Amino acid sequence: MFTSKINIRIRDTILDPQGKAVEHSLKSLGFDSVVDTRIGKYIELKIDAATEEEAKKITDDTCRKLLANPVMEDYEFSITKDGEGK
Amino acid sequence: MDHVKAGVIVFPGSNCDHDVYNVFRHILNADTKFLWHKETDIGDRNIIILPGGFSYGDYLRCGAIAKFSPLMNEVIKFANNGGVVIGICNGFQVLCETGLLPGALLRNENLKFVCKTVTLKVENNKSIFTGEYRIKEEIEIPIAHGEGKYYCDEETFISITGNNQIIFRYKDNPNGSLDDIAGIQNVKRNVLGLMPHPERASDEAIGNTDGYRFFKSVAESLL
Repeated sequence: MFTSKINIRIRDTILDPQGKAVEHSLKSLGFDSVVDTRIGKYIELKIDAATEEEAKKITDDTCRKLLANPVMEDYEFSITKDGEGK
Repeated sequence: MDHVKAGVIVFPGSNCDHDVYNVFRHILNADTKFLWHKETDIGDRNIIILPGGFSYGDYLRCGAIAKFSPLMNEVIKFANNGGVVIGICNGFQVLCETGLLPGALLRNENLKFVCKTVTLKVENNKSIFTGEYRIKEEIEIPIAHGEGKYYCDEETFISITGNNQIIFRYKDNPNGSLDDIAGIQNVKRNVLGLMPHPERASDEAIGNTDGYRFFKSVAESLL
């Protein structure tokens, strides 16, 4: 069993109004060093696959077909084998 | 208008389906049916309307899950064979997600759900959806959306502009839409999506019938 941790964000070239609103709020709290804020989505999948390669392919397919919209979003993910890395 | 056989698709979360039904059935006097999204056949319908609402609660992205409804496969085939398809508001979002229309609809730039009547400009009256309007005519149509900011990349924008695919523009942009775009059609000119709600401005009882001519145009194009 593998776990895919997927991050989906609005493309860098597209205005993220939510991120801007949060950034203004951070600045008003005194976090002047924050120069950019982007808000995205985090999705976690448990995948029953034989190999990491297969899990990677399945994850990529889920992103392309449903989880992300390539017109406006970019995605990246990492995969870990369950029970490892503890 | 007996020649019009309208199919209004109903997704879980659609909420403008009855308004659209009312226009086709009771104002245009057309043969009109609701089509539940789990159905697998659109039958003898010659126009399909994807109504506004919040299909699947707008989970993940607006329209993203609706595009995998069983009936949507048939709608895509119908559209690819030249069938007339209209997507209003959430229906427009679904059409963009399926790829029947280019681009995407993003969160309104001011982050607000905007519900008011706006002025639209008819940018192209040679479409089957706008034959009853004058070119550059200004019409009053309600909008009600939180994610209606039209976006596409530059290459797509050049292509939709060059092909006269932009049908409606906002006079005062309410949501940050690229180039004030409110509604577009596909290259083959049989599929149209728009964020405003012409079905809410079609009944004399409501006091505004600017949207009626939209439906009348497309109904007459089916003759």
